[in-house]
Order: sequence, then C-alpha cells, then structure tokens
Amino acid sequence: MIAEAGLAALWIAGAIAALQFALSALGIARGDPEVQDAVRAVAVVQGLVVLLAMALLMWLFVESDMSVLLVATNSHSAKPLIYKIAGAWGNHEGSMLLWVTILGLAGGAVAILERRLEKATLVATLGAQALIALGFYAFLLFSSNPFARISPAPADGNGLNPLLQDPGLAFHPPTLYIGYVGISVAFSFAVGAMVMRDVGPAFARAMRPWVLGAWIFLTLGITAGSYWAYYELGWGGWWFWDPVENASLMPWLAATALLHSVTVLATRDGLRAWTIMLSVIAFSMSMIGTFLVRSGILTSVHAFAVDPTRGSFILVLLALYIGGALALFALRVGTIRQGSTFELISREGALVANNLLLSVILGIVLIGTLYPILAAGAFGVQLSIGPPFFNKAAGPVALVLVAVMAAGPLVRWRRDDGNMVISRMLVPIGVACTVLAGLFFFAMEAGLLPILGIGLAAGLAVASVAPLWGRNLRRTPLFTYGMVLAHLGIAVSLAGMASETAFTKQTLIAARVGEPHRVGPYTVTLQGVTPVIGPNWSALEARLKVQRGDDAPFTLSPQSRFFSNPVTVTSESAIATVADGQLYTVLGQPDAAGRWQLRLWWKPFVTLIWAGGALIALGGALSLIGRVLRENRTTLREARV
Amino acid sequence: MKAKHQRLVLGVLALGAIVGASGLALSALKDQAAFFYAPGDVAKLGLPLGRAVRLGGMVEGGSIKRQPDGVTIRFIVTDGKAIVPVSFKGITPDLFKERSGVVAEGEFRPDGSFEATNLLAKHDERYMPPQMAGKMVETKKPKL
Repeated sequence: MIAEAGLAALWIAGAIAALQFALSALGIARGDPEVQDAVRAVAVVQGLVVLLAMALLMWLFVESDMSVLLVATNSHSAKPLIYKIAGAWGNHEGSMLLWVTILGLAGGAVAILERRLEKATLVATLGAQALIALGFYAFLLFSSNPFARISPAPADGNGLNPLLQDPGLAFHPPTLYIGYVGISVAFSFAVGAMVMRDVGPAFARAMRPWVLGAWIFLTLGITAGSYWAYYELGWGGWWFWDPVENASLMPWLAATALLHSVTVLATRDGLRAWTIMLSVIAFSMSMIGTFLVRSGILTSVHAFAVDPTRGSFILVLLALYIGGALALFALRVGTIRQGSTFELISREGALVANNLLLSVILGIVLIGTLYPILAAGAFGVQLSIGPPFFNKAAGPVALVLVAVMAAGPLVRWRRDDGNMVISRMLVPIGVACTVLAGLFFFAMEAGLLPILGIGLAAGLAVASVAPLWGRNLRRTPLFTYGMVLAHLGIAVSLAGMASETAFTKQTLIAARVGEPHRVGPYTVTLQGVTPVIGPNWSALEARLKVQRGDDAPFTLSPQSRFFSNPVTVTSESAIATVADGQLYTVLGQPDAAGRWQLRLWWKPFVTLIWAGGALIALGGALSLIGRVLRENRTTLREARV
Repeated sequence: MKAKHQRLVLGVLALGAIVGASGLALSALKDQAAFFYAPGDVAKLGLPLGRAVRLGGMVEGGSIKRQPDGVTIRFIVTDGKAIVPVSFKGITPDLFKERSGVVAEGEFRPDGSFEATNLLAKHDERYMPPQMAGKMVETKKPKL
C-alpha cells in the first residue's frame, strides 16, 4: 500500500506542478492578483506532496519492503539503519526523486519567504519553477518509477554498493542537490525578471540569497565528496578530474561568477544582461551535471544504471530547458536597459575580470569533460582526458584568477587610481614574493605550479584580510567578514592542494611482520593481520605501529573488507590526522612468502584542502546571514515610513 | 566611456574569453588526450610510444602472476582478438580479478608490452565501462 500511496503522491505532485504553471501563466496574462496569490499557495502544497512521496520511499527502504523493485535491487535487510535511510537516494530513481523533492521544497520556500519582489515577477518565477519540476516529474513517472513493484518478491535484496555504505552518502548527495536546485531557483528568478521586464537591483537582491545558498551547499557538497573519495577509494587522491567531479565543479564555477556579478547588479545596478546570461549558464551547468551523472554515459560509481532511454529523456529535457532559456534571453536581451557604467580600474572592473577568468576555466572544464563523449558519439573515437589536460590548461588561468582575487576587494567601486591600488597591495605582494623566493631556494624540486600556488596562497591570505585593516571591527558588516573568510578559505585550500602536490611522500612495500619502514617523518611497522567482523561485512585488519621520531607510538588499522551483499571487496584506509598533515595507509594482498602489500603516504598539510572548503562555505553563510539581516532591517524601515 | 561602448567592450571581452578558453583547451588537448586502446587496436593502429594511453579489455584467466618483490604483478589483457602483457606496480583495485574487465593507464613499451601506472576496475557487478562495452560488442560481431 505504501508504494502505491507514494506513486499516487508523485502523480498528484506532478498534477499540482502543472496547475501551478497554468495558474501563473493565467495570473500574468490577466494581471489578476487573486490568481497570483493562489500560485503561492499551490507552490507550497506541491512541495509538501512531493516531500510526502520522498518520505514514503524512505519508509519503504527502512521497512525493507522487498516487493518494491527499487528496494529489492538496492537494499538488504541486514544493512545498518542509516544506510537504509540514505540508501533511498543511493540509486538512480531515488536520487531523481530527491532532486525533484528539493526542487518542490525550494519552490515552496520562495513562495513563503520572498516578500520584496514585484508580485508579478514572483509569480512568473514560480511558473518557471513549475515548468522545470514538470520535466522531472515526467522523467520519474514515465521512465524511472521509484515505486514499481516486483512479483514474486525476492526473499532479500541485492544490497547497496559497499563503496556507498559510508556516512558520506547521508551528506554528500543531498547537499549537492540542494546546490543544483538552488541554482535552478536563481534561474527561475532570472526567467521571471525577463518575462516581466523587471531586470534591476530589486530582482538582484531577491535572487542573491538563493545564489549564495546554492553556492554554499555546492561548496559543501564538493568538499564532502572530495574527502569521501579521498578516504574511501584508497587511491590517496583528492581530485581526479573525473567527469562526475567536473559535473559538480562546473555549476560551482558558474555560481561563483554569478554570485559576484549579482553583487554588482544589486549594489551598482551594472552588468544587467551579463548577470541574466550567467544565471542561464549556471542553470545549464547544473542540468548538464545532472545529465552527465544520471544518464549512465559516464563510468563511475555514480552511473547507477545504463539505460539509453533515460539518457535520451534527460538529453531532451536538457535541450528544451537550455534552448528555451537561451531563446528567452535572445528575445528579451534588447529590453534589458543598460545599467550604470564604471571605469576599468574599479571594483566592478575587478569583478568583471573575475567573471571572465571563471568563465574561461568553466569553458576548459566543459570542453575537457564533453569532448570524449562527443568524440565517441560523432567519430566513434574512444579517448579519455585526464588530469594532465586539466592541470595544464586550467591551472595557469586559476593562478591568474587568484591574483585578481587578492586585489579585487582592495579596489573602490566606480573608479580608483591604479597607483593607490598597488600601494594597498604592497604588503601582500611582498609576502608572496618572500615565500616564492624561499621556496625556489629551498624546495626547487617541488615543481613550478605548486610553488607558484603556495606563494600566491600566502599573498592571497594576507590580501584577503586586508579589507579589515583600519576598520572598526565591531561596525564592519557581517557580509564583509563573510567575503574575508571565503577568500581566506580559497587561500587555505590552495595552500593545501599545492603542498600535497609538491611534498607528498609515498611508498609501496611488501611488508614482513616486525620489519620497520619509513615514509616521510614516520616509521611504520606491521605487527600482524587479524580477521574482524562488522555488521554486514568481515575483514582482514592490519595492525600498524606508527612512530614519529621519539614521540609515543600509536596504532593504525587499515582493513580489507568483504561484503556478501553484493559480493565485493573494499579497502578501508586508515588515516592519522596530525597538525601538519595526514599519514594515509592502505592494506593490499598477502603473497606466498607471508608478506603483506602496504601502501603508505605522508601528505603534508593535505587537510587544509577541506578546511579551506569549510571556511569558504562558512564565509558564504556569514555573508548570507548578513544580507538577510540587512534586507529585513530595510524592509522594516520602509514599512515604518 | 559611453554606455553603448561599455556594453560592446564587455561583449568583446566575453567573446575573447570563450575563444581563449577554446584555444587553451584545444592546444592542451592535442598533446594530452590519452587515447583508448583495445589489444586488437595495437596491430591495426601501431604502437603509440612515448605517450600516456589507456588499455582496456578482459584480464585473461590464470594470467595474474605476482612477482618476487611482492608489489609488482604481471597479467594479460585480451579483447578476443589480440593480447597485451601488462605489468603493474601497486595495490590492485578491489574489483580487479581474472576474467573481469579492466582499464589500465600507462605507456606501451617498444616490445609491445604495457607498463601500467594505474588500474581501473569496474565498480560493481552491473557495470561495464561503456568504452569497453563497445570494444566487446565489436569483437562479438560475426565476420562477414
């Protein structure tokens, strides 16, 4: 019964979305305020009904109802509870339902929270939301029904891919989806503003919290995904330039650009058409991301199912949405009036440079990600593009972007004097040069790109806190702190990436029990390998005695785990985190002579990568809170007047 | 600057960014794209020497041999048409096994063997790399 109720809820939610679109079209065409008010209520109801469908699916997973096809193929009754709950979206259909659930809830939130925007623009926005949701409802109902039954019901399920049986599954997909969906909300605002010819600072202020929120969640989702892949896959890498990773990076790059240009539009009423275009691009990127990950054309853990009809379905949706958005942009760009202008050397100028450089990186990542797919489709050529391409093409541009980013916040709005900017930049430039010189002198072997990375990170760190100098810290607005923290986070993350690339020590050994091996500052001794039992797995666990110099020794226990549902072996790395880095250990196979393969890495300051990611997200959150507080204060003041 | 001019300048800059990105990407693509080979392609296309490529196929049954140093393995990759001996130093991925799909990253040596720096095995039972699925279907086609 629960599965049928879930399917019914999904159909009803789809019908409500159709109603929402029809009502908003009617409301705008007639200019009828009563119809327009109804759209708000309908959007809230749609969110609640689709949430009900998602809740019912989770219920089925928790109950392990094996008569439901999706549960039978992806779950198992012996799985720990958290993976039963999170397992509801650890598969194709469930994750698409989660997508549309978040979309529905976001629409409801817009309907309830947004008070400052022109009512007609808001209604058009909700109409655009409904149209996006409709496509996904159709996709779920016609080609990916999560509630389909199987008869006869199997005794138990196939289980969840063990690589996904990790707390990361509970966190990474929902955060990333909230990010994707948040961008679609920003896009809907842009559509609403285009339809109602209302592109201006008010629209930018309404859109900004959504862009910020989406960007915060994308940052968190990417950071969490990177750390998850790092410790779970046992390869010791934190970024592989895998198409699936690129699928999350591209919307982030576009959202970062949009975040900065929407600020120009909100504060200075400049970059109107540009901001609209960027929101179209950002939305296209999150659609392409969904397409890449969900269509099964990619080879990764994310490719849950390879089903060509699904791929074509999403491709058609993609073409309709992006094509529609671009067509609307082309039709209405003429009506977007020119905003206010600015000098080349100004905050606006720096933000334009930021936008252009981000776009260049985005273009490179997009080409590198799509080219192999296009080449396979068009010419039948199989090729794959890996890290050397991305590092070579995007790395130098990213370093230029970091330099612009250091200077940007120290430049005044509208117009500034080049010499004054340089004088404000003297300290950061000095720091960067000192660090660079030191590294060239003492650590030449590290390679050019990492050395430049560390030097620029040092300069950026100093430059990013510079806007606080000489200010009354208690009267500095919260969003300024947000910007400072986010830029500092980039510096921290960049330093971690460069340090990991330049100074990692690794060794691969066939270890005998009792034999000490050195990696970086550590001595690692294998003390034995013993079997251990977990909730739904058994494992071989190595005991490694680890000692640094004369410090107290401690034990690390990497495992090789055997899962029976489905039959899989996974490596569980054991990682020791210390102040200046991580020691990363992986257990391999034994050989006939009783030796065990061990892979050991010493990664100096690698943790800074994710600490930086967390700082960026925290900066975003402070900025969001600061903006919302100020908006509320302004609204109150206006209400009093 | 006049308003119209500023918009024009921004447009030109954006266009320049697109051209720049494409140029950078294409120039890097030319020497960095790792081509995908099946063992049968080697005879057809010649040995790609001095360049990182991917080699994909099935691990031949009974071919995985552990070397005395305890960390190097040798095995044979086949696509039904030809075979390539592969050596790999490292911990094999969890799903790497005989009679199962594998994609090896590395370089060919002049003697026709392959030195892998990285092995990618299929992630779960239902999954086969599309690149490989294509190659496998190709070999199954009846010869006319």
